[in-house]
Amino acid sequence: MSAGNQQPVGNGLVKWIDTRLPVFSYLQKEYAEFQSPKNFNWFWNFGAILTFMLVLMMITGIVLAMQYQPNTELAFDSVERIMRDVNYGWLLRYMHANGGTFFFIAVYIHMFRGMYYGSYKNPRELLWILGVVILVLMMATAFMGYVLPWGQMSFWGATVITNLFSAIPLVGDSIVTLLWGGFSVDNPTLNRFFALHYLFPFLIFGVVILHVISLHVSGSNNPLGVDPKGPQDTVSFHPYYTMKDSAGLAIFVTIFAFFVFFAPNFFGEPENYLPAAPLNTPAHIVPEWYFLPFFAILRSINFDIWFIEAKLGGVIAMFGAIFVLFILPWLDKSPVRSAKFRPVFKWFFWIFLLNCLLLGWVGGRAPDDLVFEGLGLKVIHLGYLSTFWYFFHFLILLPLLGVFERPKPLPKSISESVLGGGTAGASATAKPMEKA
Amino acid sequence: MSDDTQDHDGHSGSRRDFLYLSAGAFAGVGGAIALWPFVDSLNPSADVLALASVEVDVSQVDVGQRVTVKWRGKPVFIDRRSEAAIAEAVDTPLSDLRDPETDAQRTDRPEWLVVVGVCTHLGCVPLGQSASEPRGEWGGWFCPCHGSHYDTSGRIRKGPAPLNLPVPEHAFLTDTKIKIG
Ligand code: HEM
Ligand code: FES
Repeated sequence: MSAGNQQPVGNGLVKWIDTRLPVFSYLQKEYAEFQSPKNFNWFWNFGAILTFMLVLMMITGIVLAMQYQPNTELAFDSVERIMRDVNYGWLLRYMHANGGTFFFIAVYIHMFRGMYYGSYKNPRELLWILGVVILVLMMATAFMGYVLPWGQMSFWGATVITNLFSAIPLVGDSIVTLLWGGFSVDNPTLNRFFALHYLFPFLIFGVVILHVISLHVSGSNNPLGVDPKGPQDTVSFHPYYTMKDSAGLAIFVTIFAFFVFFAPNFFGEPENYLPAAPLNTPAHIVPEWYFLPFFAILRSINFDIWFIEAKLGGVIAMFGAIFVLFILPWLDKSPVRSAKFRPVFKWFFWIFLLNCLLLGWVGGRAPDDLVFEGLGLKVIHLGYLSTFWYFFHFLILLPLLGVFERPKPLPKSISESVLGGGTAGASATAKPMEKA
Repeated sequence: MSDDTQDHDGHSGSRRDFLYLSAGAFAGVGGAIALWPFVDSLNPSADVLALASVEVDVSQVDVGQRVTVKWRGKPVFIDRRSEAAIAEAVDTPLSDLRDPETDAQRTDRPEWLVVVGVCTHLGCVPLGQSASEPRGEWGGWFCPCHGSHYDTSGRIRKGPAPLNLPVPEHAFLTDTKIKIG
């Protein structure tokens, strides 16, 4: 970034500024000339999509905040006023509420992409870790945002989640009181959640900048997982990927717009259109869909493990499910990045993905519901199984695969694989990869 | 440099190192102390603490009936228990209990059970205040969130909750008036 030895770019005013503050040469270097592998598939679009969503959330959020009242007496009605009386308030709120959902859709695809193509491996460990930090901050932000409309799910979701901390031995109850600022989720809680919900996206923005700086040190991974060997393997970011990113973003935003305009409450919970009632718990408390897999893990530990009570065990498992992502780069020992060349891992990747979907399904159902009448199989049983598999995949399978799996031979370079290296056979194998 | 700054015991730490370390330690401790007001400001404030007690008139409550009152933002269950319900609570051996407490320890007058209606698992309000709601396998309360069962003394019997429903501090001002808190 130090432009001391670099020629200032542009003419006139741009050049005058650039000699004093090299922002233009920085943009030129990092976002225009920046060399990226030429074999990206569509899964490499999601970084740009996420950036767009973050900015959209911040803009819609700030104008909503100008109409919203963070007070338990007024909050629910102020959101209804946004919906009915504020000009385009319905649009802003539906964009913000569905924006949260689409933000998470994009971030989960982005992460599974990283897992499939081994993007977390050397030298990108820290890049991955910063990504997990962003995920944690996003979860905290979305959780607190969902409390703001002060509906039934807002209130009871906040109650259940803050109570998780009471499982911590000795200091748990004091921590919960500290979080609440009272003896239950109440006005002080709503106020501080609003303050933090406003702050956190700006923290996320900061971490995103670090994430991208780190990306630009190592360069992007690619579907083959082999490093570019020279200019023949890369293209400049602009115009190639600026165009491809724009095209992908347009598709993503079209789908997003469909939900905003035609099914704005599809991902929502009708119960949250009832004002919060602290003396009346709804029959089923479910979090937003993007938390369901973690919620399922929390509930699946309903038995004591040694001296660890069930309640604490569930909390440890749930936080552990996120924490394990931080150490993923050291659990997967295989030197080969892309699953394309890892015949066994590839299968386990898909099983893992399905298992995450199963966890999500389990999280949305009541634990004692029957899955198959005849077998007496309950939702909770699937919860045990899928929770076990989640940790088994990370803690046992990945380390073992790194040792025992025989990877397929890697192509010598991206060009060789993409251009077929002159042989027809190789180009045939290169084709499905483009769509992978 | 290091030679001429050794002290007479031969330790090689210089006076300057000492000053660095002690200044650093003071700054660290001072910083930590300065942080406390920020953290403590998040704790319940004086006005929240002041709303600590309520008085309830229970003259209209029949035997076998349960009522809910709000105290510190939480529901408190008041149960005027039937003879059968009291007997069940009293006869339960302590060895059957996850969080052993006798019924006598939990009640002032056996006819009246007063408990905070917040599940000790993750804070839902258990069902069972009206006769039409499920009351669980022990006839007390049932928490629908993750399936905790409480008995007629509000003690945890089954499910993920670790503790009995807490008994708030309370006193009978008259035969029909209870002060909670
Ligand atoms: C990381 C970005 C963000 C995420 C994931 C997020 C998420 C959410 C969610 C899930 C809701 C509940 C929507 C509903 O059900 O009505 C919400 C509400 C809200 N958010 Fe955000 N938000 C973000 C950024 C922001 C920002 C930067 C502000 C600016 C102050 C903001 C202000 C608000 C306000 C005022 C509400 C309450 C109004 C409403 O419920 O629609 N948000 N947020
Ligand atoms: S909150 Fe009552 S069982 Fe979980």
